[in-house]
Amino acid sequence: MSEAGLPPLPDLEGDRGALARAVSRVEAGGDEARTLLDAAWKKTGRARRIGLTGPPGAGKSTLLATLVPLLRGEGKTVGVVAVDPSSPYTGGALLGDRHRMARSAADDGVFVRSVASRGAAGGLARAVPAVLDLLDAAGFDVLCVETVGVGQTEMDIAALADTVVVVLSPESGDGVQAMKAGLLEIADVLCVNKADRPDAATLASELEQMFDRGGERAWRPPVVCTEGRREVGPLREALEAHAAWLGQDDRLQERRRRGLEQRLQRLFVSRVADHLLERAGERLKAEAAEVAAGGISVETAAARLAKEFEA
Amino acid sequence: MSDPPIRILIAKPGLDGHDRGAKVVAQGLRDAGMEVIYTGLRQTAEQIVKAALEEDVDAVGLSLHSGAHMTFFPRIRELLDAAGLGHVLLTGGGIIPEEDKRELRRLGAGMLFGPGTPIASLVDYIRKEVARRRPARDAAGEPE
Ligand SMILES: Nc1nc2c(ncn2[C@@H]2O[C@H](COP(=O)(O)OP(=O)(O)OP(=O)(O)O)[C@@H](O)[C@H]2O)c(=O)[nH]1
Ligand SMILES: [Mg+2]
Repeated sequence: MSEAGLPPLPDLEGDRGALARAVSRVEAGGDEARTLLDAAWKKTGRARRIGLTGPPGAGKSTLLATLVPLLRGEGKTVGVVAVDPSSPYTGGALLGDRHRMARSAADDGVFVRSVASRGAAGGLARAVPAVLDLLDAAGFDVLCVETVGVGQTEMDIAALADTVVVVLSPESGDGVQAMKAGLLEIADVLCVNKADRPDAATLASELEQMFDRGGERAWRPPVVCTEGRREVGPLREALEAHAAWLGQDDRLQERRRRGLEQRLQRLFVSRVADHLLERAGERLKAEAAEVAAGGISVETAAARLAKEFEA
Repeated sequence: MSDPPIRILIAKPGLDGHDRGAKVVAQGLRDAGMEVIYTGLRQTAEQIVKAALEEDVDAVGLSLHSGAHMTFFPRIRELLDAAGLGHVLLTGGGIIPEEDKRELRRLGAGMLFGPGTPIASLVDYIRKEVARRRPARDAAGEPE
């Protein structure tokens, strides 16, 4: 034990087992996680971070399985974080993304970690940004994070990726559905996967039109068509183009700064919320009982509680 | 703080057939509150151990029906130990004769289950073993 009563810092760069243990510690949270992250923080900022999100089954993992060997061919090491939901009932999770990445299963230049959301609302585990920081500190050139994106909560991914790829497929619905879900706003690259399916071209041109109508954006997201298992060249090129755009002026720094601000805000709010819920437990029950008995509305009860616990 | 969920890798090494059984087990363990990393068919011993290392699992469960158990279990145990994963439970199932089971246990495998074993027995066994092994793992991370 070190003076602080915590284990010494692991060799993140040199020891994959130590890195894997560190990821678990960060997932578990608490003082130990923070000590690790404080030490790792100085070494972050080098990796390029790519987020893939989109409806279940659109082909995110399949795309990654093909994209990662391309990146490896360019001499880059790659860290992959694949997030799947935990069951809110049992806390269990079936993490199946790794299974699709069998092509990199024996490659020491690739590190894959499956992360269960563990109760974080909206599917993006609370610990995911911190896990990416660890992998960044461990020296990987490119980090890819896969999350299921079906709605608003996936805004989170924009806070931790330099480039967000929204993956859609013909069976995941039309462009209007993607827009309703807020997926178009967060996309830096729109990837229509399963280009072998007859409706793919229609979806792609619909999306092109929606972006054209959508008004001025500093970066107009390209719409690319891919075939997950074999043809991801257009995606690779779109990633390059976005990286080049980010490289001009201080766009990348600015984006990361905003991302950090959003992360900080979310962590702060969730800590305060946890703390308040703990303190207000009994009073919350009492107010709920009064609401149920018809005495006051939910809104008034909430306002009362907020006032009571505001200090 | 409560203990983090048990993490287990389910793999089906070797070249044989389908993975229905492995999927049923994976789902059962998930329903029991475990985080199950499912790696699918045709994995080599080296790939399985690399996955176990990166995923920091508590246990590895192998589904074997090809009769290759006498090669895969000892080989994976050996590779796990060499990778510093001596604390990881190696268990699994398939049609394995009693005498082979005894020999495999001697070589460092845990209990091995026959087809049709209720998931509940598996869950109990894994929970008990992991509770015993986690302290050893945590102690190993600290200097003397
Ligand atoms: N026809 C066709 N099928 C594809 C293509 N890409 C992926 N698939 C199939 O689509 C299914 C889902 O692919 P995944 O890569 O698991 O999709 P995902 O988006 O990662 O899914 P989740 O992780 O469950 O959200 C698999 O059966 C793939 O083989 C493609 O380009 N064409
Ligand atoms: Mg996937």
